Amino acid sequence: MTAALVPIAAAFALAIGLGLYARRGRTMKLEEWSVGGRRFGTLFVFLLMAGEIYTTFTLLGGSGWAYGKGAPAFYIICYGTVSYVMSYWLLPPIWRYATEQKLLSQADFWARQYGSKGLGLLVAVVGVVALVPYLVLQLKGLGLIVSEASYGRVDASTAIWLGTAALVTYVSASGIHGSALTALAKDVLILVVVVALGLWLPWTLFGGVGPMFARIAAERPEFLVLPARGMSASWFASTVLLSALGLYLWPQNFASIFTAKGPGALRRNASLMPLYQLVLLFVFFTGFAALLVVPGLEGADVDLALLRLVRAELPPWVVGVVGAAGVLTALVPGSMILMAAGTTLANTGYRALRPEADDATIARVAKWGVPAVAAVALWFTLRGGTTIVALLLMGYAFVTQLFPSLLLALLGGRWRVPALAAGAGIVAGVATVAVQTLSGVTLAQLAPGLPGAVLDLNVGVVALLVNVAVTGAVAVVTRPSR
Amino acid sequence: MRPHHWLALLPLAALLGAPFVANRVETTVLGLPFLLAWCVGAVLLTSATMALIHHLDRRDGGDA
Repeated sequence: MTAALVPIAAAFALAIGLGLYARRGRTMKLEEWSVGGRRFGTLFVFLLMAGEIYTTFTLLGGSGWAYGKGAPAFYIICYGTVSYVMSYWLLPPIWRYATEQKLLSQADFWARQYGSKGLGLLVAVVGVVALVPYLVLQLKGLGLIVSEASYGRVDASTAIWLGTAALVTYVSASGIHGSALTALAKDVLILVVVVALGLWLPWTLFGGVGPMFARIAAERPEFLVLPARGMSASWFASTVLLSALGLYLWPQNFASIFTAKGPGALRRNASLMPLYQLVLLFVFFTGFAALLVVPGLEGADVDLALLRLVRAELPPWVVGVVGAAGVLTALVPGSMILMAAGTTLANTGYRALRPEADDATIARVAKWGVPAVAAVALWFTLRGGTTIVALLLMGYAFVTQLFPSLLLALLGGRWRVPALAAGAGIVAGVATVAVQTLSGVTLAQLAPGLPGAVLDLNVGVVALLVNVAVTGAVAVVTRPSR
Repeated sequence: MRPHHWLALLPLAALLGAPFVANRVETTVLGLPFLLAWCVGAVLLTSATMALIHHLDRRDGGDA
């Protein structure tokens, strides 16, 4: 059992070591700390984006969804890919504007494009509120992985404290350079671990991936297709589309666009990122294998499917290596989230309140924001409770509400709307999401007469429509008469 | 939009149309149930299409 602890401890040491090493020979001005001096080429942009998009949620949630729900999990492969197609046209103009204007955080983009500090603050609040539950989820995942992979030797809350300390240490020291270097280790390790597990387990347990699916088709055929109602075809397509719109609107993902040294690095990634998406295939294989071997996990416990299967079938040192990959998978996006939150609070929030502050002060505020945000996330994580899952779903829907005003700003010209219209749309969309999430109301309850395919649509569609309608209405009403 | 940019609609249609045209277990491809195989195929098609578009953009000049 002790054999499992060695790789896990090594992963923590590696993350802190690489994080501190990445600082070497640099003076950490804010532009260096938040966006790497805008000098990253295709490879490091890829590593950062892969690093923050493939999180513990992908690893545990992806296998958990395959285990608990089956085919609906395939939406995860599709939505990222749709987002990468759009990224080819969306990211370069965002990058160009951000570079011209020397932007550091997502909210700066709205503040500058719409010429409104108020709108910048609104976007900052929406972003930070969405980020905290995302960070909590990474910390929870970290606790789960370490306690399972160490066979309970290290309890979850110890792991969470350790993880938070590691994050704050290397984020404060090296900023995005630390994340990029750790992401390199993480992406390689997770690729090897996931592909090895996804092939090895079905092969030894069932004689291959084909025979495994043949057994599921015989025993649990409903797991391999979408149901006629509920998570049906229209649920799938609408969820793919909505999640795709939201992916690059997470503040940490948006800010990673700024790190690129040119639009070519972003365009090349539109064809590279989909290939990395196929890692999920092997995550699903592991989830399906668990369905046949360790059935019976229910509710939130489905997230344990991968770890339980690995523990049941493989020797402790392998369990430790999986745990190590899991630790890095939590720390990399965790660090990006902390940095995005710190930069947003300082460069958009603090600067709006104290316009006379100099760059050194802003940098100091950003770095003090890191332990502050980490402490809030730590508190939520240790306090437990299920409300955080509701908050995360809300976070996803929140950031998607920024899409209409982003698109209008990029289109420009006659599509330009006043900041008031953009802000009113965001507020209306966010309020709709909050009411929907907190009250748990579904389309079926609101309008029971509609056909099934419409009722199964992702409820986020409603919020987005409200958002667009309010933006349009305010824009028309406030238009100066000619 | 240059004309070859419309090629991107192909993978988008494959990804968003997947649940409507491919929601079945048979025929399996390399052991994968049809819906999953379709999604994987659509992802590969996306990568190839985006690489092709980027290639054509660079051939035409521009800042890529």
